[in-house]
Amino acid sequence: MAFFRNLTGGLRSLIQKESVEHELDEELREFVDANAAEKMRTGMSREQAYRAAKMELGGMEAVKENVREATWESWIEALGSDLRFGFRLLRFNPIFAITAILSLALGIGANTAIFQLIDAVRLRTLPVRNPQEIARVAIDGRHGASGSFSSRYPDLTYVLWGQIRNQQEGFSSMFAWSPAQFNISPGGEVHNVQGLWVSGEFFSTLGVEPALGRLITPEDDRAGCGSAGAVISNSFWHREYGGEPSVLGQNLIVNRHPLPIIGVTPADFYGVEMGRYFDVALPVCAEALVNGEDSRLQSRSGWWLSVMGRLKPGWSVERAATQLRAISPGIFEATLPTEFNPQNAKTFLQFKLGAFPADSGVSELRGSYEKPLWLLLGLAGLVLLIAAANLGNLMLARASTREKEMAMRMAVGAGRARLIRQLLVESLLLAGIGAAVGAVLARSLSQVLVASLSTANDPLLMNLGTDWRVLGFIAALAVLTCMLFGLAPALRATNVSPGLALKESTGGQSRGRSRFGLRRVLVVSQIALSLTLLVGALLFARSMDNLAKVDTGFQRYGILVTDIDFTTLKLPIEGRRQFANELLKHVRGIAGVQAAAIAEIVPLSGNGIAHDVLMGDSGVPEGEAPAATFNRVSPDYFRVMKTSFLAGRDFDERDVANSPNVAIVSQSFLKEFVKEGNPIGTRFRVRRLNQTSSPYEIVGVVKDTKYYDLRENVQPLVYTAIAQYEHPASDAQILLRSDLSLSGLISSVKSVASEANPNLDVSFVPFHKMIEDGLLSDRLMARLSGFFGMLAVLLAVIGLYGVISYLVASQRTEIGIRMALGAGQPQIVWLVLREAALLLAIGLSIGTALALLMGKAATSMLFGLKPSDAGTFVVALVVLSIVAVGAAFLPAFRAASINPMACLRNE
Amino acid sequence: MADQSAELVQGTLDMLILKTLDLEPMHGWGIAQRIRQMSGGVFEINPGSLFPGFRRLERAGLLDCEWRTSENHRRAKYYSLTKMGRRKLATETREWGRQVAAIGKILETAS
Repeated sequence: MAFFRNLTGGLRSLIQKESVEHELDEELREFVDANAAEKMRTGMSREQAYRAAKMELGGMEAVKENVREATWESWIEALGSDLRFGFRLLRFNPIFAITAILSLALGIGANTAIFQLIDAVRLRTLPVRNPQEIARVAIDGRHGASGSFSSRYPDLTYVLWGQIRNQQEGFSSMFAWSPAQFNISPGGEVHNVQGLWVSGEFFSTLGVEPALGRLITPEDDRAGCGSAGAVISNSFWHREYGGEPSVLGQNLIVNRHPLPIIGVTPADFYGVEMGRYFDVALPVCAEALVNGEDSRLQSRSGWWLSVMGRLKPGWSVERAATQLRAISPGIFEATLPTEFNPQNAKTFLQFKLGAFPADSGVSELRGSYEKPLWLLLGLAGLVLLIAAANLGNLMLARASTREKEMAMRMAVGAGRARLIRQLLVESLLLAGIGAAVGAVLARSLSQVLVASLSTANDPLLMNLGTDWRVLGFIAALAVLTCMLFGLAPALRATNVSPGLALKESTGGQSRGRSRFGLRRVLVVSQIALSLTLLVGALLFARSMDNLAKVDTGFQRYGILVTDIDFTTLKLPIEGRRQFANELLKHVRGIAGVQAAAIAEIVPLSGNGIAHDVLMGDSGVPEGEAPAATFNRVSPDYFRVMKTSFLAGRDFDERDVANSPNVAIVSQSFLKEFVKEGNPIGTRFRVRRLNQTSSPYEIVGVVKDTKYYDLRENVQPLVYTAIAQYEHPASDAQILLRSDLSLSGLISSVKSVASEANPNLDVSFVPFHKMIEDGLLSDRLMARLSGFFGMLAVLLAVIGLYGVISYLVASQRTEIGIRMALGAGQPQIVWLVLREAALLLAIGLSIGTALALLMGKAATSMLFGLKPSDAGTFVVALVVLSIVAVGAAFLPAFRAASINPMACLRNE
Repeated sequence: MADQSAELVQGTLDMLILKTLDLEPMHGWGIAQRIRQMSGGVFEINPGSLFPGFRRLERAGLLDCEWRTSENHRRAKYYSLTKMGRRKLATETREWGRQVAAIGKILETAS
């Protein structure tokens, strides 16, 4: 009731402002009349009585103001008038307004864009029913696991999944899933789409309802299922089928197998992996059909599934984990791979299952991008700070020109708090508009960021919608920057004595040092922060450069990686070897191909093989043995890669299946395993799980090369002849070196392949492109920090220029007197530059310390240099000094060209 | 008289206004006069705080107002207590009594 009355009363005085004001006037007049009448009764004259009554009231307007301020709506009214006044001021100063809003928009936009990415990969929860009930089941702290690992989340094997599903108690339902690439091309060049293997419980556990048709159920996912139904995502449905409902029942080709489409998922469902999406989901059981002999369903050492579940009501993640831990020994006992040697088995049997919260799904992007993104957010934050400092400087400059206005307002009775509020509202207006423009900017910026992290083979899709976190972030930035650049100037501006309004003061007078001190502090901090950003930019640029120039042991340009898959031909073992050799021969025959070779592992592709190495050629192998990485290659591989031989020979036609095993080893292999003597002719054996090979004889030594990634230290590497490998693959990965144009080369290879057999799947990627795709986060850091560094230097230089100009303007008289007393132009220039140099020196020393401190956070992201790299610091210091002194020269020369007479006359 | 007038204890003006209106509806000047009379001239009410008080109490739902013709035939804004205002006055009076008694006790034992 009271609230209602308060509300309506307030609204009435907002809407019917005039009549409410009128009533108040009347009421007060009546009061004065009554008071005067009383006084006249005691014998005063009418005139005296009225004057006394008015004196007692003490200022009609002041009383009215007090009455108004007793209500809430007065606050809104004042805000409204402050805003109107603020808008008017901005309209009168369009250049100031545009500069301020643009620099804020850039700063806030950059911060928001990066925050949106962090939000998308880290903070958002899964778009499913009650995501907090979802947990991931995996081996707790798995180290030293053996076997073959595929997919981005190789948590568990298929047999482990079956055991867990049957024995767990904490989850009302569970599912297994695995990301994959499905080739949906009917033949010829491979067309991969994003696939998902899902167990029957996947959709029901998550609570996903079909948008069309039906989704995969446990009925669909039975061991040995023949032709399984495919579920497609909403975006795939629209992209490939135009959103037609007739899609149901149509066949989708997946790795050459036609599978009927049974349903479509809703538009907002992207799977359980953040930052990724899927096009086609298939039941896990169909993996046997689609992958054929490479199927991982039977393999006890094939790690490829990730398992999640929905907790039963009343079960916490910890409780579920405890239960899983308890059943672990039995489960691992029952699923022990038979091919494990005692060493592997011991490790395997000690594994313990655990449960982990997965309300925000899973994302391997968190590992690779979370740290860079937080660091970038920090850098963007510094840019915003510099922008705010710049604005603060502008506001201070305005504050000093508005001193008289403030003094005048105080003289007519405005309180200091009221004036501060007015000035803060002006700042808030700027910050608000800046934030709004920044939010718009952020939308496109974050899209660009995601696009720069996506590659054709590894596309990302981020849900960049603006949620409450992003909105809160923008609002917080706006308020924070407003406080930063608005509060101090507001306090300064209102710290004037009303008497000043009455004085006739001239411009061009020094206003005392304290007023100016804050501006110096701002410029010093700008220089310090921009040095930090500049150092960061240079560090990341040089790190990127180091990565691009690092000695990989091979020549990365001019190589095309071609994969020709002949699984569909269903060739026997011996036939495969022959077919691959035929293909290689034809590819070598293409005019313009300088060299071509088959390789099992393409360096830096992320794939790799590692086995234990036993020196010597006999004896019973026991216990642990040092491991080396392996690759199986055809002759000419080293010619394609341009990796030089240090000793011995390449593989050739003598090295065939039934000839003695030969190997070519890397320099580091010699260092670690052979140590001394002539390596050629040295023999060793290879142990894989519980099998030990017959001896290999070293026939050649080559230079070290990078294997898994560019940042690694080179490791011992063994090349064996692919012709001697007993399980030839049903595809040939051919690397070819050529100067031909990419498109010409690709079409030649395609025609060679289709001549050999029209039923082959072919895919291509230029080798250097593949390497560059592995450097996305480095490139992102280099580009963005470079952008931020430039922006920072620009802003800082503008700030310095502004302050020095102001200094010159406010010391005109002093300079005029000095010149009149005989100071020459050089002395005046030096006088001004000295000031700039002092600010610069202080800023640079603080900045150096700050950069050293910040650099620690970047240590792990840099390649080939330390964050305290002296050369980088020197370059940054010199660049910033030159630019800053340049910016100070202009006002210095202006000062030196002051006409002393004109200047003194003004006094 | 002015030098004898005392400062009002913080927050008691509202209570005095309510008390004054307990008997009958009154206008601003009348209320100021009544408070001065009832306090024996101790409290001189400053109009600058009286009128904001009216507005505050009105908004809180404790006062009603209407325009009436005053005793000297002029239009004046008359304030009266609402039901809530009466209740508020009763509780405030009780509370005040309790506090005064308590403070009195403390002062007695202290001396």
